[in-house]
Amino acid sequence: MALSNEYIKEKLAAKFGDQVTGFEEQYGVLSFRSDKELNLKVLNFLVEEETLQFGFLTDLCGVHYPDNKGQEIAVVYHLHNMRENVRIRYKVFTSIAKPDVYTATGIFAGANWMERETYDFYGVNFIGHPNLKRILNVEEMDYFPMRKEYPLEDQSRIDKDDEMFGR
Amino acid sequence: MSDNVLLPSGSIEKQTTTLNLGPTHPATHGVFQNIIELDGEKIVAADSTVGYIHRAFEKIAERRSLYQITPLTDRLNYCSAPINNMGWHLTCEKLLKVQVPKRVDYLRVIIMELARITDHLICNSIMGVDSGAYTGFLYVMQYRELVYEIYEEICGSRLTTNIGRIGGFERDFTNTAFEKIERFLKEYPAVLKEFEDLFTRNRIFMERAIGAGPISAERALNYGFTGPNLRAAGVDYDVRAVAPYSRYEEFDFEVPVGSTGDSYDRFLVRNGEMWQSLRIIQQALQKLNDLKGEEATVYHADVPEYYLPPKKDVYTKMEALIWHFKIIMGEINMPAGEVYNAVEGANGELGFYFISDGGRTPYRLHFRRPCFIYYQAYAEMVKGAMLSDAIVVMSSMNLIAGEMDA
Repeated sequence: MALSNEYIKEKLAAKFGDQVTGFEEQYGVLSFRSDKELNLKVLNFLVEEETLQFGFLTDLCGVHYPDNKGQEIAVVYHLHNMRENVRIRYKVFTSIAKPDVYTATGIFAGANWMERETYDFYGVNFIGHPNLKRILNVEEMDYFPMRKEYPLEDQSRIDKDDEMFGR
Repeated sequence: MSDNVLLPSGSIEKQTTTLNLGPTHPATHGVFQNIIELDGEKIVAADSTVGYIHRAFEKIAERRSLYQITPLTDRLNYCSAPINNMGWHLTCEKLLKVQVPKRVDYLRVIIMELARITDHLICNSIMGVDSGAYTGFLYVMQYRELVYEIYEEICGSRLTTNIGRIGGFERDFTNTAFEKIERFLKEYPAVLKEFEDLFTRNRIFMERAIGAGPISAERALNYGFTGPNLRAAGVDYDVRAVAPYSRYEEFDFEVPVGSTGDSYDRFLVRNGEMWQSLRIIQQALQKLNDLKGEEATVYHADVPEYYLPPKKDVYTKMEALIWHFKIIMGEINMPAGEVYNAVEGANGELGFYFISDGGRTPYRLHFRRPCFIYYQAYAEMVKGAMLSDAIVVMSSMNLIAGEMDA
């Protein structure tokens, strides 16, 4: 395979120096992170650079790490170079108090709903998004349900009287 | 034009009509809504609302053991549940570094291709129904029934299959199952041929489908299209061919592609894929027959920590009973790590992004649902078309509400 993870790493290091960090390889997929302010620059570089051409946004989602103070929420981009069949994982972290991240809709049209989904569940405010509103949950909802502070229902709760379901 | 759309209904300046296709419209075949702004019969703007059957699978999965997540994946694209199940089990196997025997891969390939056939068959025949031809749908439906009987023979259920285990299958395929697969391979081609004859060169169908909702390859890629819808636009991206799993690299099959990305091409690509799936199943059966000795009877990998012990032992042996509970209740710590695994679902690349923090349940599990991602292009695809085109485009895209809403 022409496009090795080592090469991608070198290219990123040459362009962004130590602004792109956290390189690691898990199950063959190169993963790295940068400051959230840089996300569009990094994404653009990955798409436009002639030898990289990660032109396909496979997936975009959020993850909540409550113990990671100041950088609680991660936005994870999975990019794919279809010609070489290489995937990479790019993460930016943002604080939960001010979860502002620039939108990738300008680069990938498909990011639109994926970002709406991430907003819906984690409350990430994608700056510049054309239509940032809830997509799967009801619009009246006033919290972001996938955050870790909302546990699933306790199976042993007794205030519910529902004989049909045995509790 | 768009200023016009935003005006409140009833205002004098408003020149267009707002029409709701859905949430329970006969053509949505599921629960989602398209708000369409019409100028006469021409669509000037469209907006989509999804989420009516959102069931918070990703949240639920954070508290569930691996086997308790399998039934959740059934309910994504319920027209081809086995592919979802196996995609999920393959993801777990990748994380846990489980090697499965050859025979398991071939058996999985058979089931996945059967599922692909049923899914495409529903999509294509429903497209016929939506454009006014009910007969084809009835012709092919009995063969979906036969495939469901095959599932039933293997795992005991039909629609939401919960089929397979981490490392293989819960039991070996019975002779009846193989007989039914053989019967399907023997009888289905004639039916598919007949179905094709009804549609492919049917003047009425062609007039409805050709040029309806086209999308260029470039736009399709930008929108994150995968699967038949992307291939109809002319991009030969198929996970089975590009990043083979379950030994797909050993099989000889073609990836049908279209050129214009319109509804007719989507129909043809799905149709072509059904023929290829038949070829693959044929080859898989041949490969199964060629296996010798122990290889020819094994139906699961040796992973006692994740593969349920035989029921007979669970009832009679203490050790097996303990393991049964440990596995069912998810009392085994998984290795920490992040894995993204994709399979070629019937709608496109079905991905599972699994973050394990070394605990008993996923720290985060994200489903990459192809349907959810490509449905956002719908508004762009129907803009400027007739209302009747909107219906055909919708059914040709194979929008499954369960997959969209997770």
